[in-house]
Amino acid sequence: MAPPGAAGNGLLTSERQTEMLRFATAGSVDDGKSTLIGRLLYDTKELFEDQLEAVERTSAQRGDSYVDLALLTDGLRAEREQGITIDVAYRYFATPRRKFVIADTPGHIQYTRNMVTGASTADLSIVLIDARKGVVEQSRRHAFLSSLLRIPHLVVAVNKMDLVDYDEAVYERIAEDFSSWASKLEATDITFTPISALHGDNLVERSANMPWYQGPSLLYHLEHVHIASDRNLIDNRFPRAVGGAPDGRRAPRLPRLRGPGRERGVQAGGRGGRAAVGEGDAGQAHRHLRRPGRGGLLPAVGDHAARGRCRHLARRLHLPPSQPAGEAREFEAMVCWMTDHPLREGARYAIKHTSRTARAVVDEVRYRLDVNTLHRDEEAGGLDLNEIGRLRLRTSAPLHLDEYRRNRATGGFILIDEGTNDTVGAGMVLGTEG
Amino acid sequence: MAYELSHLRTLESEAIHIFREVAAELERPVLLFSGGKDSIVLLRLAEKAFWPARFPFPVMHVDTGHNFPEVIEFRDRRVEELGARLVVASVQESIDSGRVREETGPRASRNRLQTTTLLDAIAEHGFDACFGGARRDEERARAKERIFSFRDDFGQWDPKAQRPELWNLYNGRVRKGEHVRVFPLSNWTELDVWQYIAEEGLAIPPIYFAHEREVFARDGMLYATSDFVELLPEEEPFAASVRYRTVGDMSCTGAVRSDAATLEDVVAEIAATRITERGETRADDRVTEAAMEDRKREGYF
Ligand SMILES: Nc1nc2c(ncn2[C@@H]2O[C@H](COP(=O)(O)OP(=O)(O)O)[C@@H](O)[C@H]2O)c(=O)[nH]1
Ligand SMILES: [Mg+2]
Repeated sequence: MAPPGAAGNGLLTSERQTEMLRFATAGSVDDGKSTLIGRLLYDTKELFEDQLEAVERTSAQRGDSYVDLALLTDGLRAEREQGITIDVAYRYFATPRRKFVIADTPGHIQYTRNMVTGASTADLSIVLIDARKGVVEQSRRHAFLSSLLRIPHLVVAVNKMDLVDYDEAVYERIAEDFSSWASKLEATDITFTPISALHGDNLVERSANMPWYQGPSLLYHLEHVHIASDRNLIDNRFPRAVGGAPDGRRAPRLPRLRGPGRERGVQAGGRGGRAAVGEGDAGQAHRHLRRPGRGGLLPAVGDHAARGRCRHLARRLHLPPSQPAGEAREFEAMVCWMTDHPLREGARYAIKHTSRTARAVVDEVRYRLDVNTLHRDEEAGGLDLNEIGRLRLRTSAPLHLDEYRRNRATGGFILIDEGTNDTVGAGMVLGTEG
Repeated sequence: MAYELSHLRTLESEAIHIFREVAAELERPVLLFSGGKDSIVLLRLAEKAFWPARFPFPVMHVDTGHNFPEVIEFRDRRVEELGARLVVASVQESIDSGRVREETGPRASRNRLQTTTLLDAIAEHGFDACFGGARRDEERARAKERIFSFRDDFGQWDPKAQRPELWNLYNGRVRKGEHVRVFPLSNWTELDVWQYIAEEGLAIPPIYFAHEREVFARDGMLYATSDFVELLPEEEPFAASVRYRTVGDMSCTGAVRSDAATLEDVVAEIAATRITERGETRADDRVTEAAMEDRKREGYF
């Protein structure tokens, strides 16, 4: 049998080395998120005829005076009936420069967890603001969540400019208003664009209706924004994935690249009694791993102690040495709470971090954050659905942690309620102690 | 130094990670393999995720009995090459044992019956994770589904209560009787699948290439004549050069007119198409606006 990855016919490899950019749309209900996506697909000719026909049919049945492009992404019956987005929808389109993965997220506060789901893997987030309404609580909330999740690029799209006569003053006021508030956020790259999602102004081409706007169209920005250096390629991190059982049924083997994690390097994590397999990423390591006939996988080096294995693998991959991840049982983290059942001090959850699962107890709720004012309430003592706060956590086994700001893959974790098996919290490591 | 991955390698890496997560966290996974292009890619990714070892789960085909013979041949050959264990869940057996009732008439299809057969097989074998080749670009209800999609003990999907799914941290926890459907190709498009097949040089069943076949026209689509469909009085079979864009039952999978004889031709054809694959070839989705969502809620793939 030919090993997987044996050279194919090489078809398209040269012309199709396109980069992938993931972006999420955010903002309050009805600010135009779904319309924007529909219009982008339509204008880039990525909308299929039968999809458009289906949407036209539904719009006509409902007696709408226009074709409601939001129907393209509102894929659930309940969403179409209620005219709202409940859960994130994913859409795809490509231009010769990039392949795009879009997460269309819900604006309602009660579906924040779905917004966070869609935004967690994004390279860029577009927060829409209705030009007539200006910055509202949900715009701030979503911009804050984007910065908390460390989405490196933020686009503030002031939408429905057609409804304010494409007035520059309206746009400027909103941009200023947003900027003065956003100065309190930890820096991300922020770009402002005035658009009309419904009519397509400044989406693909610069709009003649707004000659005063000098910046690029939204699509141009999406195609050109520099994302290659957003990842941490300095620290070697290869969380272990699956291991071989000692009976040889699954041979142990070496790391391989992963998409969303996208940090290279080796680090522990592990599943009791199993041998090591790591994961990693990055172009150079990738090329090295993908030697012809090897299918991207090297033979195993066996099971090594955490840091020893890290160094060993790094050497095998010709990566320069780096700072190892911290090892801690106690740490602080920002946590976004995602279930009706409130979080309280002393509660225990399962924690999943890279490929390791342990138990965690909430030792302290340091404060709850008011997303609007960024005020910290130190008396909170708990978190309700959709609230965000800083917690001190203690785990049953040491985790190999990085600060989330340094590394999204090894700084993020989820909390699972062991009674219901639900994912109830999303956490971002701030720092370790002890 | 360039560290970017091409989009295909990024997608491949994401999928491989998913395979390994399932193997590590769940007890009894199974890979659903139909012999179609998506599950062919799925199988290749499974191979890569565990190579040089064999992937640690069986493959399962829900066999409606109305398949294209070329596809069944391909299925058996591929499974044998891999030395994998094949579980065949048979819709015919579900009919014979009275679990489901066969539809009748010229538009009869076994499509919906598959759900019962699938859920029975999952229960019988105690599978707690099923890898499927569904992609979010196929259909708008699918576009809403998580990569790890939880099913309750009736196999049902509840689209309004999906687990949050952040970064690449997947929650595959299930109780006895429940399972997860896992979709490693969630973020792939049809074009990505074809490009990957071409790049990897993967074998595919011959019906994906243009060939001469006896077909008849119905509801604006071309269907193959076979023992599984009754023709309506006005339907006249004729020969045409066609190929298939999707592989399902002979009774409800439409063919497209095509002269694409090589992978290069197929990729070019897909890159230029203006109609989705389900829109062009699947009768099963035309029933209502929410046909797919409804079937998925019941436990369909
Ligand atoms: N006039 C105008 N209406 C818009 C624009 N963008 C969206 N809309 C309308 O605003 C409403 C809400 O849009 P939708 O995309 O569903 O908002 P979402 O809740 O953010 O997804 C719909 O009726 C849209 O047609 C715009 O640029 N101009
Ligand atoms: Mg919407």
